Amino acid sequence: MKKTALYDTHVALGAKMVEFAGFSMPIQYKGIRDEHRRVRETVGVFDVSHMGEIEVSGENAFEMVQRLTVNDVAALEVGQAHYTAMCYEDGGIVDDLLVYRYPDKFLLVVNAANKDKDLAWIIKNKLQDCEVKDTSDQITQLAVQGKKAEEILQKLTSVDLAAIKFYWFKEGELAGAPMLISRTGYTGEPGFELYFENQYAQKVWDAVFDAGSPFGIEPIGLAARDSLRLEKKMCLYGNDIDQTTNPLEAGLGWITKLDKGDFIGADALRKVKEDGLKRRLVAFVLQAPGFPRKGYKIFKDGEELGSVTSGTVSPILEKGIGLGYVKKGFTKIGTEIEIEVRNKMVKAEIIKPPFV
Amino acid sequence: MNIPSGLKYTKDHEWAKKDGDIVTVGITDYAQGELGDVVFVELPDVGDEVSQDETFGTIEAVKAVADLFSPLTGEVAEINESLGDQPDIVNSDPYGDGWMVKIKITDESEWDGLMSDEDYKGLIG
Repeated sequence: MKKTALYDTHVALGAKMVEFAGFSMPIQYKGIRDEHRRVRETVGVFDVSHMGEIEVSGENAFEMVQRLTVNDVAALEVGQAHYTAMCYEDGGIVDDLLVYRYPDKFLLVVNAANKDKDLAWIIKNKLQDCEVKDTSDQITQLAVQGKKAEEILQKLTSVDLAAIKFYWFKEGELAGAPMLISRTGYTGEPGFELYFENQYAQKVWDAVFDAGSPFGIEPIGLAARDSLRLEKKMCLYGNDIDQTTNPLEAGLGWITKLDKGDFIGADALRKVKEDGLKRRLVAFVLQAPGFPRKGYKIFKDGEELGSVTSGTVSPILEKGIGLGYVKKGFTKIGTEIEIEVRNKMVKAEIIKPPFV
Repeated sequence: MNIPSGLKYTKDHEWAKKDGDIVTVGITDYAQGELGDVVFVELPDVGDEVSQDETFGTIEAVKAVADLFSPLTGEVAEINESLGDQPDIVNSDPYGDGWMVKIKITDESEWDGLMSDEDYKGLIG
């Protein structure tokens, strides 16, 4: 099993370590609820070094990334990033990812569990005079998320963080380490993601915790990362999206630029749009106690509508919340549905996300 | 690992504490640690009959859901209502305020058959 450069630190902090995407990762430290609330209320730090980093460079890098992804790379300026997805020809999703535009290259940040598959797909669709480089094993990624993130990180760098807009990035030194400082995240809170070489991992981690201690900064595990993203209705590959779902039904039409020209999956997705969606990913809140889990069925008046793809009990709302695919005709906000929670029907309502 | 002496234990990680014919039941510190953050505890109603080694409720944590098994046969005399609003007490105080049910037992011999703290320590290694 792979370890991140901070493995020993997590173990020393008493983290519960689990296997995730081939890595031994901290699933929680003190407790999921407290970690979750810490990020919503002040600030927390995630080691997400398992994420994959793939660089595409060369003369035709722009055309290559434009063809590989559904969002419009032409709209990206140097120093800017966006959320996007790669699709197969049939419109099914290979992965969702971030694309960062540098002067001379693109950085693709992909899901750890999909990295090998993505890399193979990217290489398969490589254009002439392009280079593909997998730097995943050399890069540590820390996500510093929460209202206090900027104030804490600003103490450690001369880069003007306030000048970095949402989904923009700068290269610079922070805590003595050269890095990519990106105003992005997977929590719905203000914050940054930092990418740098593994050799600086401990130094940066320690500096961030020193600077953050007056704010009660805490390490946050993958379990709270999941509940934080879910409260903001951010998709998780393998749950809410995969090769059998397309971005339009997943509610990712906003990143799918069907008019940008040719890209892999474009024809299939245009047809999906023309024919109309057969189902949609909806967000629901349980109206009685219950914990909706992946795979639980969704009903209305005895008719099966689909199934849950992600669920939890929101540490903020203290109610069961979830996402799931529901067939056409039943997806309107306010629709009353039922979730079959272990042989018991629990009433739920489709809501307009985010949950919090 | 906290395994108080003076209590009895089951292989399903419940503890039991006897006071006359009333036995208080909860889950062990080990069990709450394995489950992680508890979000719901579903308990029987007062007056329900429960049987040894049969489920009397469920405990739902972020990671998983588990059945609760009754260590003894009897009638539910009291349930811990406060777990409805604050299920996380099971995590913070599993042997105290995190208790689940009180059972009025009918068969004293079942009590003697439960595991001691030493036996339970051996079970979870």
